[in-house]
Amino acid sequence: MTEPAVEIRNVTKLFSSKRGKRSEEVYAVREMNLSIPRGKFFTLLGPSGCGKTTTLRLIAGFESPTNGEVFIQGMPMSKVPPNQRPVNTVFQNYALFPHMNVARNVAFGLEIKRVPKAERERLVGEALELVKLADMGDRKPSQLSGGQQQRVALARALVNRPAVLLLDEPLGALDLKLRKAMQIELKHIQEQVGITFVYVTHDQEEALTMSDLIAVMKDGLIQQLGDPVTLYKTPTNKFVADFIGESNFIKGTVDSVRGGKARIMVGGEQVEAGGGEGSLKTGQAITFTIRPEKINISRAGSGGTSGTVQERVYIGTDTRYLVTLISGETVIVRVQNGCGSEAGEFAKGEQVTVRWSPEDARILTD
Amino acid sequence: MSKLKWPSPGSIYFLAVCALLYLPIFLLIIFSFNNATALVFPLKGFTLQWYGKLFENRELFKAVGNSLMIGVGSSIAATMLGTMGAIAIVRFRLPGRGAFLAVAALPLVIPYVILGVSLLILFNEVGIPLSAFAAGLAHVIISIPYAMLIVASRLVGFPDNLEEAAMDLGASYWEALLRVTIPICSPALLAAFLLCFTMSFDEYAIASFLVGTDATLPVYLYSQLRFPTRLPMVVALAAILMTITMVVMLLSEWLRRAGQISERKA
Repeated sequence: MTEPAVEIRNVTKLFSSKRGKRSEEVYAVREMNLSIPRGKFFTLLGPSGCGKTTTLRLIAGFESPTNGEVFIQGMPMSKVPPNQRPVNTVFQNYALFPHMNVARNVAFGLEIKRVPKAERERLVGEALELVKLADMGDRKPSQLSGGQQQRVALARALVNRPAVLLLDEPLGALDLKLRKAMQIELKHIQEQVGITFVYVTHDQEEALTMSDLIAVMKDGLIQQLGDPVTLYKTPTNKFVADFIGESNFIKGTVDSVRGGKARIMVGGEQVEAGGGEGSLKTGQAITFTIRPEKINISRAGSGGTSGTVQERVYIGTDTRYLVTLISGETVIVRVQNGCGSEAGEFAKGEQVTVRWSPEDARILTD
Repeated sequence: MSKLKWPSPGSIYFLAVCALLYLPIFLLIIFSFNNATALVFPLKGFTLQWYGKLFENRELFKAVGNSLMIGVGSSIAATMLGTMGAIAIVRFRLPGRGAFLAVAALPLVIPYVILGVSLLILFNEVGIPLSAFAAGLAHVIISIPYAMLIVASRLVGFPDNLEEAAMDLGASYWEALLRVTIPICSPALLAAFLLCFTMSFDEYAIASFLVGTDATLPVYLYSQLRFPTRLPMVVALAAILMTITMVVMLLSEWLRRAGQISERKA
């Protein structure tokens, strides 16, 4: 049995801040239990202030837990200072040493560990090769672009062959195009070196693009843990459904439950939805979620729920419709252009019918 | 057709201030080359004899030696202690940080005469003899706040996760300090050293109480004022001192700015 790369057991982190005479206590992380398997690209995803960076700093050792214990490769870390942990960090603003050139920056960790010079030079060369900066060794960080500085920070961490690489929103300062390119590259590098990556981001698209596993966090709690497909297809609560991708939330009452599916009354009309896991009772008020691209829109009269087009927005690849159902709920419908339907098929004010497969509609537990 | 342009009130004011500040120094330099004992116009002719006499004066060389020794020694000590204080107040949220700052900055506002007398009493009590060493010790005390403030201003503008990054890469706190923090702060450290040195080099009030027989340059200079015939020589010396002090001050300011600019680029 191999231990997980990182295990977080019952960890709570409480920050006390003094403002004048009032002192406030804020839970950054609450009784977190998390196991990060080896060799995976793991992402902590959440809005700012959700505790994801604190979690990362707890693993790195820059913060110590108020309660609980962090294990790295099965070893308890409470008495191990940051400089003796088998982890390295890529910081948000890169934190490159401005007084050293690129090669010395990358060599820093090896110098501290007193790796012999010849060996050191070989490893630094390999690391710079890996991030495609082989001929930049003599430059100072200030002479590099943001993307290049980012790669130096990555090389500086990876050259030490850590058990776990921690990345704190490393792409945050880059422009969109460069960020997309770096996302793919980071994923490739992770697969190439096989090191466990723990990645912190607030960008759900970034998380979906790169991760093997994602933990969605809010208010210091993990909301849901799963692979990108699971999170997108079967979010367990409203926060996750809302945070990852775009979602419609429709309120209704349970009419009847039959084998994992439920009939839901939405303003006098009956629809079907999955999920809820057997805890549903007839008459219970619930919310279910449906992705805009999973809703089929057609001319009025065909079977389904009736509604009126409120708004039509053409966004190139897709057309988005805002449809008000007869129950009064408004849903977003997304139709891909050029797949049997072209922009402008339904005009503003037109009566339409919407419909979806029951397995695409998910009843949320809270 | 050109209109006569009157200088603006601001520029007149500026010129007046400059004249007030630099005219006496300028006169000093002129008189140091004047071939007469009395410092009055009209000038009697050009001479280098006062500078020549300076270099024949053994006592003077001894005083310069004392001043250099006290200056270098006290500046190194003050820069080190000031740096430690700066790291403590900028990097750590110490309890009583405000009180520490206030106490550390106190020498800035205590009149040197009073500080001189009180140190004289203190040193007598604890048995430190009046000497260059005693004066050097006093200069450390008055220089610490300057060194601390210069280094602290550098540390404030310094991303503190560089130290974290160094520790993340395996460095202990001391290794991070020596390999990252201190090298990046080195222009500020040098600027602090130079400022402390000039402070010590021309400080008279405290030194006059504490040097005993090891006269420093300002103490020696002042003692020479009793002999009217040596006045032009003192003037020549003052001209030299003035030039050195200005060069060192400009250098330290230039270093401080160079450090900040290279940081902004990075």
